[in-house]
Amino acid sequence: MTFVSTADLLAILPELLVMAGGCLVLVLDPLTSKDRKGRLAYFSLAVLGAAFVVGYWFMGALTGSPRPAFSGLYVLDAYGSFWKLLLIVVSGLVILLAKAHLKLEEIDLPEFYAFILLSLSGMMVMVSGTDLLVIYLGLELMSLSLYVMAGFKRYALRSLEAAAKYFILGSFSSGILLYGISLLFGRTGSTTLAGIRDGIAGLPAGDPILMLAMSLLIVGFGFKVSAVPFHMWTPDVYEGSPTSVTAYISVASKAASFAAFLRVFLEALGGLKDDWQMLLVAVSVATMILGNVVAIVQTNIKRMLAYSSIAHAGYALIGLVAADAFGVASVILYLAIYAFMNLGAFAVVTMLRRGGLEGDDIDDFTGLARRNKWAAFVMLLFMFSLAGIPPTAGFIAKFYVFMAAVGAGMTWLAVLAVVFAAISAYFYLRVVMVMYMREPGETAGTPGYDVRVVASPATIAVLLVAALGVIILGLFPDPLIQAAQSAILPLR
Amino acid sequence: MMQDVILNTTALPHLLTLLIVLPLIGVAMMVFFKDDAAVKYVAFWTAGLEFVLSLPLYLWFDPARYEMQFGEVVPWITTPPISYAVGIDGISLWLVLLTTLLTPICVVCSWTAIKSRVREFMIALLVMETAMVGVFCALNFVLFYVFWEAMLIPMYLLIGVWGGADRIYAAIKFFLYTLAGSLLLLIAIIVLYFQGGQTFDILALSRAQYSDSLQAWLFWAFFVAFAVKVPMFPFHTWLPDAHVQAPTAGSVILASVLLKMGAYGFLRFSLPMLPDASQRFTPVILALSVIAILYGAYMALAQSDLKKLIAYSSVSHMGFVTLGIFVFNTQGIEGALLQMLNHGITTGGLFLCVGLIYERTHSRQIADNGGLSKPMPRYAACLVIFALSSLGLPGTNSFVGEFLVLVGSFIYSKTIAALATLGIILAAVYLLWMVQRIAFGVPTGKTAKLTDLNWCEMATLVPLIILIFWIGVFPNPFLTPMHASVAHIFDVMERGVLP
Repeated sequence: MTFVSTADLLAILPELLVMAGGCLVLVLDPLTSKDRKGRLAYFSLAVLGAAFVVGYWFMGALTGSPRPAFSGLYVLDAYGSFWKLLLIVVSGLVILLAKAHLKLEEIDLPEFYAFILLSLSGMMVMVSGTDLLVIYLGLELMSLSLYVMAGFKRYALRSLEAAAKYFILGSFSSGILLYGISLLFGRTGSTTLAGIRDGIAGLPAGDPILMLAMSLLIVGFGFKVSAVPFHMWTPDVYEGSPTSVTAYISVASKAASFAAFLRVFLEALGGLKDDWQMLLVAVSVATMILGNVVAIVQTNIKRMLAYSSIAHAGYALIGLVAADAFGVASVILYLAIYAFMNLGAFAVVTMLRRGGLEGDDIDDFTGLARRNKWAAFVMLLFMFSLAGIPPTAGFIAKFYVFMAAVGAGMTWLAVLAVVFAAISAYFYLRVVMVMYMREPGETAGTPGYDVRVVASPATIAVLLVAALGVIILGLFPDPLIQAAQSAILPLR
Repeated sequence: MMQDVILNTTALPHLLTLLIVLPLIGVAMMVFFKDDAAVKYVAFWTAGLEFVLSLPLYLWFDPARYEMQFGEVVPWITTPPISYAVGIDGISLWLVLLTTLLTPICVVCSWTAIKSRVREFMIALLVMETAMVGVFCALNFVLFYVFWEAMLIPMYLLIGVWGGADRIYAAIKFFLYTLAGSLLLLIAIIVLYFQGGQTFDILALSRAQYSDSLQAWLFWAFFVAFAVKVPMFPFHTWLPDAHVQAPTAGSVILASVLLKMGAYGFLRFSLPMLPDASQRFTPVILALSVIAILYGAYMALAQSDLKKLIAYSSVSHMGFVTLGIFVFNTQGIEGALLQMLNHGITTGGLFLCVGLIYERTHSRQIADNGGLSKPMPRYAACLVIFALSSLGLPGTNSFVGEFLVLVGSFIYSKTIAALATLGIILAAVYLLWMVQRIAFGVPTGKTAKLTDLNWCEMATLVPLIILIFWIGVFPNPFLTPMHASVAHIFDVMERGVLP
């Protein structure tokens, strides 16, 4: 018996490509001369392109049936493939975004791209692992790279603080997750999702150890998706990290964590659905309330987007709470659409410069429509989309989540969610208001004075993709909806 | 079992879609023009062409049929099934035409009034037109909701960017009020989907049967959304702010078209889908309508700001519309429909008049604008006509509409009819008093030297004046297309409840 078969390796070809690409960037970095280092970004993009093509081809070749690999520790299925493709696209956009942004922040080091690729490979493992330890490995690979990236602005105290905070709290949450996994193993004798499911079926309902393990898993994943009350790190890390990293954390790591969250809870802990549903309803409600209410008082746009991202986790959790095929599809759809609008919003933030710093106060957006009407217009699109106003894609995302809630018989949850969606409109509109309805300051000290908009071609490309995504997915969402619907098949 | 069909029997099979898309094509074209003057012409010709293209809707409309006409159904989203379905019947016909008539007028009245960011203004106006036409044509509930909410974005900008001193407060108040109301509507739509046979088709949902308690819940969810838009007392507080702060074109659109959407919602959704709840809660709606009529009129009496006066008069007049809808007889509903059209024409005209004088004196205070009949006889004549129409003088449009509503409410309850009539008397008081002060009062030093309306300004008012007398003298061509559709509402309402 061979330890690893060719079929197994083939199944993780996209992951291998990305991982090897990440290592190659690290190797090539010292070998390239200083003025050519920028090309490593293009190399990383090429790696992502190759991984995307392979992943896309695999998804097409699957025809619905999942293919287990590594004796049941891993699986190549439509669900994982969809997330992988989404994460690859997001990583590509972040690399483009970072190309211009890192130069502005004077931290233009090729390691950045290596870390993106490495954390991406971790995420890809997370979304396809069918063993809790494999998922944990992926999660750690992702997180460790992100910890470093959060502190990438070495000269800025805030960035270092963000990294330290993220690392310490993240390690705790990983430890808690691992503790939950070990308890599950102790009770069911397995770490594979299928084994745990079978083990739980043989145990009496309400087993206290199982309940504890389940709660610990919720803590672990809740931390990664920044659900209340495990969200404390989010505002500080989002504010302190370089903005392109913030964009990556808020979109990619959240999506990957949700993907694993869904798979673990529906496949392994499906038998405990009644128990975790109750807990997650409470978490989801708390997340929506806290995120939306606290975002109102923020004056820093990155902190506001941090609380907004907490709130969005609350909405996405509704789909998981619904816990049926439609609910899962709604989470997939939500995060795919969220990726475009949130990346876009952060991309606009990277363009604003106040003096030598980033213009990350909401005041810095004052009169942006006068300074750069296109930047203001796309920001308006992203804000309305985040608020969920049609015809933007954000509406479709919210609409599906609400449908999932009502379909699962939780109309009250949907009503609560719309109440907070209405509240959220207030702080998103505030950004639109300062951009369009106030004039930029003329003298030093007034809001919007001394703010430049730096538009590099790479950033413009990211904005174009994000804005078109927000519009096109809002007007013609059907292809994405069908893709999300087919991605849930293996979970049924 | 009656069967609703969406008919498409015309020579222009995509007419409604064309009307929905055309303003957006105009928006796309604006990007290619550099200077503001060209942008204005693009906006004007787009809106003008839209109006011309909307005329066949009336010419080819078959008044004998209650079915949706000019229909078009294209699948849009597969799971859950949502289609792009549009069509109009006798209820939506006039509202679409009102929209296409007023948009070019709004473009012209903003010609000199809007000086900054002209391109963005025209874009917002045309996007608004797309959304408004879409709302009245949509036959799928989700599609309706998309247009209904999409309207908030351009309107928020119209008020917030080009409005008066307190524009930001007014814009956010308008947005949040409407959004909060609409989001409950969204949940109601989703609940209907699961209870009405897994469909968002408005016609199919109007055929399904719902239990009493579900109808009650849904009715109030609908009510909040539509009552905010109408606006009904006590949800009207956003209206005076929004009206006063909005630029003239914004006020016209807001008063003439947006307010109609709430009433349209009651007619299109609440009555046919939730007939029993509508009957059951009629006393509440009627009470609120009468309060709106009297309270709006009473508040209008006390205003010194012209726009605020007209805003409160709108609250009062829209009270007549909701009154007519909820007395459940042909006269009432047809009167309400005609009154929706009338209010659009008359109040639109009044807001245009306020805009014209504001451009000259930069004040909306009645006290600052006295004695205009000497320096501006044409203006004074137009103002008097609009005011007389607004108070329902026989021979003008509002007389026909209000008369029908009063006949309808008289059949329902004599007390209510009597109270509503009181509103008309109050309307005569505040409008005539306003006219007396503005047109015939003592000219202040400033107003004595004002120039009268030029031909371009007259061109915005004359079409509305023609319509005022046309409807006032020959209302039949306007009422005929409504008969079949209104009768159909009663047929649909009688289908009974789920046991």
